[in-house]
Amino acid sequence: MSLSARQEGPDRLYVITAGRSGGADETLDAVTLIVAESEPTPGMQSEHAHILRLCVSPLSVVEVAAHLGLPLTVVRILLTDLVDTGRVTARHPAPAPSPASPLTSPDVLEKVLVALHDL
Amino acid sequence: MHSTTSESVPADRTGGAPELPLPDSAAQALKLAVVGGFGVGKTTMVRAVSEIRPLTTEETMTRASASVDDLQGVEGKSTTTVAFDFGRITLDATSVLYLFGAPGQQRFWFLWDRLFSGALGAVVLVDTRRLEDCFYAIDRLEAQGTPFVVAHNDFGEADHPLDDVRAALDLDPAVPLLRCDARERDSTKQVLIALVEHVRTLVKEGRR
Repeated sequence: MSLSARQEGPDRLYVITAGRSGGADETLDAVTLIVAESEPTPGMQSEHAHILRLCVSPLSVVEVAAHLGLPLTVVRILLTDLVDTGRVTARHPAPAPSPASPLTSPDVLEKVLVALHDL
Repeated sequence: MHSTTSESVPADRTGGAPELPLPDSAAQALKLAVVGGFGVGKTTMVRAVSEIRPLTTEETMTRASASVDDLQGVEGKSTTTVAFDFGRITLDATSVLYLFGAPGQQRFWFLWDRLFSGALGAVVLVDTRRLEDCFYAIDRLEAQGTPFVVAHNDFGEADHPLDDVRAALDLDPAVPLLRCDARERDSTKQVLIALVEHVRTLVKEGRR
């Protein structure tokens, strides 16, 4: 974790989020797929520009965090900025399963099994 | 601050494109968790089947000091950080499966709540030298109703009969328990298949 954000101290993280520690879109799951809808523009915050370059193809929130070397909490705030301004779109996973609404349709499970057998 | 050791490496931060991009049509991500104590082979297992080099990131949580953090002697708010590793398997043009390796100890409970909500299920990876490392994980998964299988990572050396492991863990007879070598792709693959088949059985029985 030599590039870990934790070693850079919390101050830098507050600069990146312009002082915010909250306000992230809580529907951004770790595996929500992010897709860039525009190119980086001059003057854009470098982390925002980096995200737009990373997400030319769909990329999950955790992958964005890993590639930026920033904690998920911070990345959710940055992504919320981009979602709110329409610069990226978010493809959410199915809602969390519950006894009332199981996520796991047999079709999905079959698809996973086929793919695992083919590994 | 708590942290975990990690066998994987940070992603490069040069701004280059990620290796092996997902298809543009990818829209549905699924997740599975691999949980267990330190050094039990979680990242090894993820690496064995992942199409990308396992990546590491961190989740942090700021909260009022709970009993766990009192040791730090910090008044008021404290920040807990935990690193975790993950990998990926593209299923088809629209679906992708993420595998998370995460520490199972009680003090990382917040990670479970955030990361594993909506997970298809979990693999509890156990090492018979440190069985107690997975007790909390099993309790928690049972309480949440998250489907799981238990895999005994024996690194290719069958040392304990599985019945003994099951008894030591006081495991529900319905929970699959199998042996694996997390370094081996095929062995890890069989564990994941056992998990998904277990989930399918629970769905068919109307328990999921």
